[in-house]
Amino acid sequence: MTAVASKCRACKAPAVIDLPRHNAKFCAEHLQQLCRRQMAKAIEDFDMLSIDDRILVAVSGGKDSLAVWDMLIEAGYQADGLYIGLGIGDYSDDSGGYVRRFADERGLTLRTIDLRNDYGYDVPTASRATGRVPCSACGLSKRRLFDQAAREGGYDVVVTGHNLDDEAAVLFGNTLRWDIDYLARQLPVLPAANGFPKKAKPLVRLTEREMAAWCLVRGIDYVVEECPIAAGNRHLSYKESLNAIEVNSPGAKASFYLGFLDRMAPLLVGKSAAASGELNDCVQCGSPTTGETCAFCRLVEKSSAHEPVPVEMVLTRGKRR
Amino acid sequence: MKVLLRNPRREIEVPGGRSVERLLDDLELSREAHLVIRNGTLVPGDARLEDGDTIEVRPVISGGT
Repeated sequence: MTAVASKCRACKAPAVIDLPRHNAKFCAEHLQQLCRRQMAKAIEDFDMLSIDDRILVAVSGGKDSLAVWDMLIEAGYQADGLYIGLGIGDYSDDSGGYVRRFADERGLTLRTIDLRNDYGYDVPTASRATGRVPCSACGLSKRRLFDQAAREGGYDVVVTGHNLDDEAAVLFGNTLRWDIDYLARQLPVLPAANGFPKKAKPLVRLTEREMAAWCLVRGIDYVVEECPIAAGNRHLSYKESLNAIEVNSPGAKASFYLGFLDRMAPLLVGKSAAASGELNDCVQCGSPTTGETCAFCRLVEKSSAHEPVPVEMVLTRGKRR
Repeated sequence: MKVLLRNPRREIEVPGGRSVERLLDDLELSREAHLVIRNGTLVPGDARLEDGDTIEVRPVISGGT
C-alpha cells in the first residue's frame, strides 16, 4: 500500500512533482500550466515568435525537442519538424523512431535528412576524419543543415529545445574561459542576419527536469538513453556541477542564466565576430563564413572521402574529452 | 521493490519503506537530475515507496548542446 504524498500548491490535488526553485509542488495539470506560462513568457520577453510564423523545430527524439514541438502546436503555432539522422548506430535508429511516431500520431509534418545517405558521412566518421570531438562534428552538421532547411523551406524561424540547464551549462563554460565572442552570442533568440535564419529557444526558462516531467504527464514517449558518444563530455560535467549548486541553492541556475541575459548580455552587444560583420560567402556553398570555405563544407569534403567509422571506434576516443 | 535505472539500463531490488528523496540519496543520485516514477505515475520527493512497488528512476540530463 502506498501513502498519499503532498498536494499541489494550486489545487490541493495529489502532487506529481516538487520544484524547489518555485518552493512548490504541483499536480500534472498545474505542472503543465507552469510550463505553458514559462514558455509564453520567454517567447514574449525575447520577441521569439509570432503566431503567423512558419516554424521549423529541430527534433532529435529527446524530451526537450519533442516537448517544445508539442507545446508550440498546443499553443496554436504552425510548426513542422526536422530530424537529422546522424548515423550514431542503434541510438540514431531508435531516436528517429521516436520522432516519426510522435509526428505520425499527431499528424504533424516531419522533414528528414540522413547524413550518410544525403551527404556521404556520419558523425563517427566525421569525428575521425576531421579530428573534431564527436559532439563538435555533430553540432556543426546540425546547425548548418537546420539553417539550410529553414532557408530552402521558407521558414521564418528555427526553434530548438535548448532548456535552462543547457543554457546555464554553456554559459558556465563560456564564463570559465571568458570567451567573449561566445558569450556575446549566447542569446535565447538570434534575429535573421547575414544569411542565417532567425533562431529561438522557447524553453530557456524551463529546466530539464520540468521538460522530462512534461513529457511524462503528456504521454510523450522519447529516447531516455543518453547519446553514447556524448557520455562524459564537458557539457555534462558542467551540468552536474550546476546541479550540485542547485540542490543547495534552489533557483541558482535560473538566477545565473536569466541574470546574465538581464544584466550582462546588454553589455556584450556588438562584441561577436558575426555582429561586427566579418563574414564572407563560402566559395563552395554560399553560406556565411569567416573564411573562404565554411567549416561544414570542409567537414563534408574530408568525411565523405573517409572510410566509414563504426560508432564503437569513437566511443573509445570519446573518453579523452 | 524493483527499481529500474537507466544509462545503462538495469534493474535492482531495494527494500521499500522509504521516500523518493531517501531512495535517490541512498543511490547517490541528484534530485535535480532525476524523476521517480512509481507504478507508472510520476511522484514527488516526499512520496512513500513500499515493497511491491515498481519504480523507475529516470535521469533527465542530456549531453548535447
